[in-house]
Amino acid sequence: MNIVTRLLLELQEMSLLSARAVGGLFRKPRYIPETVAQMDSIGVGSLTIILLTGFFTGAVLTLQTYPTLESFGAVSQLGYLVSISLVRELGPVLTALMVTGRVVSAISAELGSMVASEQIDAMRALGTDPIRKLVAPRLIALVITLPLLTLIADVVGIAGGWAVSTFMYGLPSAMFTASVRDGITTDDIIGGIVKPLVFAFLMATIACHKGLKTEGGTVGVGRSTTSAVVTASIIVIIADFFLAKALQVILGTQ
Amino acid sequence: MMTQTSIDRPETQAPDHRVSDHAAESTFRETDDSDRAIPSIEFRDVTMIYDDRKVLNNLSFKVMKGETKIILGGSGCGKSTTIKLVLGLLKPDSGQILVDGEDITHYSEVAMMRVRKKIGMIFQEGALFDSLSVYDNVGFKLHEQGVPEEEVEGEVRRMLRFVNLEEAIDKLPSELSGGMRRRVGIARALVGDPKIVMFDEPTAGLDPPTARTICELAMKLRDLEDVSSIFVTHEMNNLDYLCSEYAVVNEAGEVAFEKEGEKLCLINSKVLMMRDGQVIFSGTDETLRKADDKYIQKFLRGH
Repeated sequence: MNIVTRLLLELQEMSLLSARAVGGLFRKPRYIPETVAQMDSIGVGSLTIILLTGFFTGAVLTLQTYPTLESFGAVSQLGYLVSISLVRELGPVLTALMVTGRVVSAISAELGSMVASEQIDAMRALGTDPIRKLVAPRLIALVITLPLLTLIADVVGIAGGWAVSTFMYGLPSAMFTASVRDGITTDDIIGGIVKPLVFAFLMATIACHKGLKTEGGTVGVGRSTTSAVVTASIIVIIADFFLAKALQVILGTQ
Repeated sequence: MMTQTSIDRPETQAPDHRVSDHAAESTFRETDDSDRAIPSIEFRDVTMIYDDRKVLNNLSFKVMKGETKIILGGSGCGKSTTIKLVLGLLKPDSGQILVDGEDITHYSEVAMMRVRKKIGMIFQEGALFDSLSVYDNVGFKLHEQGVPEEEVEGEVRRMLRFVNLEEAIDKLPSELSGGMRRRVGIARALVGDPKIVMFDEPTAGLDPPTARTICELAMKLRDLEDVSSIFVTHEMNNLDYLCSEYAVVNEAGEVAFEKEGEKLCLINSKVLMMRDGQVIFSGTDETLRKADDKYIQKFLRGH
């Protein structure tokens, strides 16, 4: 098989997987406790890394841009710059990448070792569809929690920017907050929520697909985990560009 | 016509068909139920190709009701593939697979779920769900079906008693030994009293007494519960146990194992030997031992 056929085949398998996972949501049994447990481990579990990432991204952004803005005499726009960068781009993408590192790897490793130890086969043999029992709860949990995590990263990031500008550069606190308030529009916020929704869907599908396709025992688990993280990270960054363009067109903000 | 002995079994009502007798003093009884003529499992010219390699090559065999089919063969000869095909975990490239006379070859995953309900499967390493306790593992099927908790508990305890592991009910799979994991796997597979059970190398890597325990469980299923089964193995002592002993319930109401002898000859265990995805032998263990095929003799003796 050449690389194009393989890519198309993977794409087809992933589409089928996500279609079956979503299709299963409308029939009983529904796995609500599993979904809640996944939301806890994915969402609450990722809170620390997201708080740290968000805060320091906002902080370093301010640290680096303040001198430039100062040379233009535009420090009053600092809050605008920091919040727009975070809400539109850095928040969604960095959160998605951090969660990819933590959650996508965990999901594909978990499902991969279940394949390697025949637990997936055992589940099917016991009459339970692993796509509905394992894939759907993870997909839903990620789609719900990633936008929330992004929102938290945005807020904490702006706080980080504020902290640096106030305590290190001595910018009046009110000037920063005012420019944040004036700068951000509803469209920015919509874009900042739509992106993580799409990212989460892609990340969960890739993670589950790679995990369930594991072949060749424990070595295979390692391979599929690496492949899931790499693929998901790249796809997030590529999808970010096209989503940004699409949102510009849809919301008419170009 | 086949004649049969009847053995006193106070606890089960399963029809008696496992032992045929050479002697005339035993009670005679006609085979009564006609649906015994339909095999529990039937393979018709099943071929399976994996990466240009024929894993199974025109495989055909039948497992009759109440029969244990012991599949022997070296590693990679297609034994595990065969039983995964019965459960529809894999699909063949050509040929037909029938379960209880029903052609399942082209069943979808949803349709297969119904068929799987009557089949119990014991995986090589137990394949227990790591994150669930023994109780939740054994009760998995019932929990999925939304059975009330009290019933689940009763059933789980009954099954764990069958494999003699009731004390391990609250343990996690990681706390169990290999043999215990296998037995929990058996208990899990037997929930819902399936009439067809598959064993995928259930004794691989176990010490002889534990392996014997597993074989005794298989014999109990065969002789006391009227279960049809496929027993995949490459260990010769499994063959000896399953083909020369049978389980009975004695006067004290306990299960005992007796050896076949002058009076009784076991007819419900058949052997199928595979090599490179093909059947190279099918019949009883006695004829297997007399076969003059070099590979078979090497397999039996180990040299």
